[in-house]
Amino acid sequence: MRRTPFYEKHVAMEGKLVDFGGWELPIQYAPGIVEEHLRVRSAAGLFDVSHMGEIWVEGPDAEKWLQGMVANDVCAMHDGQVIYTFLCYPNGGVVDDLLVYRYSPQRYFLVVNASNARKDFEWLYGHASGDVRVTDVSSSIAELALQGPKAQDILARLTSYDLSSIPFFHFAEIPDLAGHPVLVSRTGYTGEDGFEIFMPWEKGPLFWDAILEAGREEGILPIGLGARDSLRFEACLPLYGHELAVDITPLEADLGFFVHLEKPFIGRDALAAMKERGIPRKIVALSMDDKGIPRSGCEVRSLDGKNLGEVTTGGYSPSLGKSIALALLKMPEAKEDGEFLIVIHGKERKAKKVKKPFVPKSYRK
Amino acid sequence: MANVLEGLLYTETHEWVKLEGSKARVGVTDFAQHAMGDVVYVELPEVGKKVSKGDDLCVVESVKGANEVYAPLSGEVAEVNSALEDSPELVNSDAYGSWLVVLEISDPSEANQLMGWEAYKKFLAETEKKEG
Repeated sequence: MRRTPFYEKHVAMEGKLVDFGGWELPIQYAPGIVEEHLRVRSAAGLFDVSHMGEIWVEGPDAEKWLQGMVANDVCAMHDGQVIYTFLCYPNGGVVDDLLVYRYSPQRYFLVVNASNARKDFEWLYGHASGDVRVTDVSSSIAELALQGPKAQDILARLTSYDLSSIPFFHFAEIPDLAGHPVLVSRTGYTGEDGFEIFMPWEKGPLFWDAILEAGREEGILPIGLGARDSLRFEACLPLYGHELAVDITPLEADLGFFVHLEKPFIGRDALAAMKERGIPRKIVALSMDDKGIPRSGCEVRSLDGKNLGEVTTGGYSPSLGKSIALALLKMPEAKEDGEFLIVIHGKERKAKKVKKPFVPKSYRK
Repeated sequence: MANVLEGLLYTETHEWVKLEGSKARVGVTDFAQHAMGDVVYVELPEVGKKVSKGDDLCVVESVKGANEVYAPLSGEVAEVNSALEDSPELVNSDAYGSWLVVLEISDPSEANQLMGWEAYKKFLAETEKKEG
């Protein structure tokens, strides 16, 4: 198993280590998933996300080429901006969802899912055309996410840089975070305000210690993968392999906002045709009325017993104190408000459709 | 190290058993509740359900996921601890007090295959060593 530069920190803090797609990472620390989750919502938490992949796209043709690779509008970006987007297959299925950082029209930084990093790099490298260089730097860059309403106050103690000058979905190169240069973006995967911080692999531990020390008064906690998932789930942020996949398009995931069909990109024609014909399935949010905890893969039925699809993510919501699910359901039933049945351990349990997200996002825009 | 109570019997899948005449009170061990993390729901079986040793008996749901509890002995479900429906967190705070079901056992000799508390302690030590 591969280890991040924070491995010793996880062990020292009683992290319960698991095999996460080949990475040895903590599912939780001593306080447990619920307490970690609630601390991010109320104060702040620190996540080791060094397993994420990072790829540079550089060269005179970078803007034009990337515009044809991803679904969102790269040409509308300005320097210092970050966008959320997808790499799609020609059939509209998803290679990966990712963030694109624009340094200049000749230089972009891509942050991709750990489990897809190799595939993404090969996809991009294989499609590279014109004067473009694609470089995988995943193994030399460590990443920490500092998330929660106190994130800015905590990080501000470690730098003279005015963090409030970094708007939502923007980034800056900060020369002196705990005395060292880093890349910081106001982005995250929790639905809270916060930052993602990129640093050289070997320097990682220094920032871990500095940030936890700076946030001690606010009660900052290190956060494991368990709470990372429950936080993103409450905010209805998709997880590749669940709400997005080779056979689930961004339109079906209800993320059409990030898909620009008016420009050419790989998968555009298939997605345009899908929209034209009518999107066949939609990701919807369900809240349990009956007892029981839905899990991904559970069948979802209409009240009269018709199969409509399945749960893509399900579980207990620490913020709401009840069970919730995201489910990929057939249209037009997916559009209808009302009650559905989720089959849990062989029993039909009632759930009702609710508005997304389950927990409102508290971004600082 | 996880707490192990004297006088109870144990399985390799971390259920505890308290024999009470022809009945067996069943729960999950302290080791199990710790491994599961925050318990948020217990899916109890129906009274009268017949199980063979090793069958799925009920499900303890934690934030992390669903955890099957296996029948440590063959028999019929005689009672369920419905207090856990409203307070599932008791499984975390008091694993040995929070019994899940009482079985009316059909083959008392099966109890010989369960571990005593000392054997279970040894089993845990080996498990923890393996998991580093």
